[in-house]
Amino acid sequence: MSILKLHYDIDGSDFTRAGEASGKVKRVLKKLGLDAEAIRNVSIAMYEGEINMVIHAGGGEIDVEISSELVTIVLTDHGPGIEDVSLAMKEGYSTATDNIRSLGFGAGMGLPNIKKYANEVAIDTKVGVGTTITIKIYVPDCSAEL
Amino acid sequence: MTVETIKTILNADVLCGEDRLDREVHAACGSDMMSDVLAFVKEQAVLLTGLVNPQAVRTAEMMDISCIVFVRGKRPDGDIVALAERRKIVLLCTKLEMFSACGLLYSNGLKGGHLKK
Repeated sequence: MSILKLHYDIDGSDFTRAGEASGKVKRVLKKLGLDAEAIRNVSIAMYEGEINMVIHAGGGEIDVEISSELVTIVLTDHGPGIEDVSLAMKEGYSTATDNIRSLGFGAGMGLPNIKKYANEVAIDTKVGVGTTITIKIYVPDCSAEL
Repeated sequence: MTVETIKTILNADVLCGEDRLDREVHAACGSDMMSDVLAFVKEQAVLLTGLVNPQAVRTAEMMDISCIVFVRGKRPDGDIVALAERRKIVLLCTKLEMFSACGLLYSNGLKGGHLKK
């Protein structure tokens, strides 16, 4: 079984471009013919992660691995890290500024949404060093040929 | 309900996607917070929002939302309209505020979705 690997450098200085990588991945998955719900789950989880990366960490890198059974998204940043992961996972908790909220995000739903749409989430974070979030989404009954 | 019907009910202008007004939508979501929209689950939905930045279009793209209605007379700039055109998302603009726009669609038979648990 082959694996398709994609890599994206995320510019943290331009909020208007946040989500471009997630859109590209969604279009790749559609072309591959993956299960529609899995595509939606990957798109939303990655998009939330990408937005978080731009809002909180000044950008970073995203690596995506696609197989016929699993999509793995690894978001790596060198931002401030997350002080209290369990608090950050609570719906409604956010450290975002009013400026971010005026852009439509910062409602404290980013990480909770990732958890909702992913089958597995692992957060490796260290204050002052950065954060790596690994998201796994299972692909059922995939007819895609990679 | 078709997008054409939504356009009529809300007395909306079409900013792009004039050739796609025959699309059917089965639910609606009204919010200016895109993370709330991303927690919403329903196929073939329309998004009503007062948020005029590219993230409204990108959020719609991720959610397979085929039509966005900008409320309170807000109009996105040309770059946002071009992005929606590339993603084949219909953009409408109504002078109604959010509450009235949602109420009119609801009273004409369009329902809400539910949040993913």
